[in-house]
Amino acid sequence: MNSSKPSLKQKFTAWLENASMLDDAMEKDLAKGSDLKAQENEKAVYEAWEQRQKNRHDTAVQEEHALYERIHHWTMTGGAKTATILYRLFCIFVCLAVTAFMLMMVLDMPAYGNANSPVNNEVSARYIEKGMEETGAVNIVAGMILDYRAFDTLGESTVLFIAACAVLTLLRIDLNRHGLPTEELIAAEADDRHHEPKDDVILQRSAALLVPIILLFGIYIIFNGHLSPGGGFSGGAIIGAGMILYLNAFGFKATGKIMNFRVFTVITFCSLMFYGLAKTYSFFTGANHLHSIISPGIPGNIFSAGLILPLNIAVGMVVACTMYVFYALFRKGGM
Amino acid sequence: MTLFTYVLLGFLIVSALCVSLFKNLLTAVVVFMSYSLVMSVIWMLLESPDLAITEAAVGAGVTSVLFFITLKKLHAIEKRRKPENEQQ
Repeated sequence: MNSSKPSLKQKFTAWLENASMLDDAMEKDLAKGSDLKAQENEKAVYEAWEQRQKNRHDTAVQEEHALYERIHHWTMTGGAKTATILYRLFCIFVCLAVTAFMLMMVLDMPAYGNANSPVNNEVSARYIEKGMEETGAVNIVAGMILDYRAFDTLGESTVLFIAACAVLTLLRIDLNRHGLPTEELIAAEADDRHHEPKDDVILQRSAALLVPIILLFGIYIIFNGHLSPGGGFSGGAIIGAGMILYLNAFGFKATGKIMNFRVFTVITFCSLMFYGLAKTYSFFTGANHLHSIISPGIPGNIFSAGLILPLNIAVGMVVACTMYVFYALFRKGGM
Repeated sequence: MTLFTYVLLGFLIVSALCVSLFKNLLTAVVVFMSYSLVMSVIWMLLESPDLAITEAAVGAGVTSVLFFITLKKLHAIEKRRKPENEQQ
């Protein structure tokens, strides 16, 4: 320590170096060795305090251990059982409550086939009475969903397209920056045939027999949508399922020739655009009482019902492509 | 309703319960397929054949196939091997 009064800076550096909690005066007192007795006393007090702390710590540890033992014992025997029983009771209660609620709602509905139920109003009466005359479709359902309520169906097809795009964005595994396959892609390729034998004869023979029939049935359902039950969505789903079967039997190499992401995008985009434009035209002429060049034709003919046949084809193509792309992306993350 | 419809509805309820109670996911998906198939027959009986076609194609066909693929990705259909087979 300096004999003269230290400057603030010196004091500060000294304080930093010593890092003592005592100030100068106290240090001096200590250095003098002011009171040995007091020091001894202090030491005794400190030791007693330390002992007390140690005892307290030991008891705390013991208590905690005992508590832990008790909890562990409880969960291993009674607790787990109680929790499981409570959980199951709660599940049963929730199920029964939801079932009862739904059954109550069903009881409130008008009876099946009741002539006075609110469903049988003038809207459905008009659909049934004038539907064939106005739309030219023998199948009332096709007349409804592709003529009276065609914009609903456009929305549904767009939802499918958007879902396929979202799946594509999430699951597609791309080539890397240099156009080479990434490790992920190689792993996916290796995992692709994990449980399935390649070129399975039974599957290939049955697929060769079934796929043409399935595709033909789907095409029939689409083209006959305005005459018989079915339409774009059902036919498209059947064609998609047939394509999936073909892919399973013959692998991605066989289907990749006709179907890839580019074809998918072009087909779905063109179908949706055609749908939107055609329906815009028909709604525009219908709302403004203009003469439409599309005539309903003679009901019952294959080329009748105006726009319903081309719209069915458009919807069918969107649905078939979407089903196939879903499958391909789920399976391998690519085509 | 005829007896046939009641049998189908009973099967529907039983298979719906089975799907949620089966521990094996592969079995659950197969039962779900049969549920869709019975449902499509019921749609047929309710005089809505277009729904029946769609249910058979989407419910029993495409959805189950997507489920199978998901199970495969999750390695949920690994065949459980016995220890002595692993040693060999």
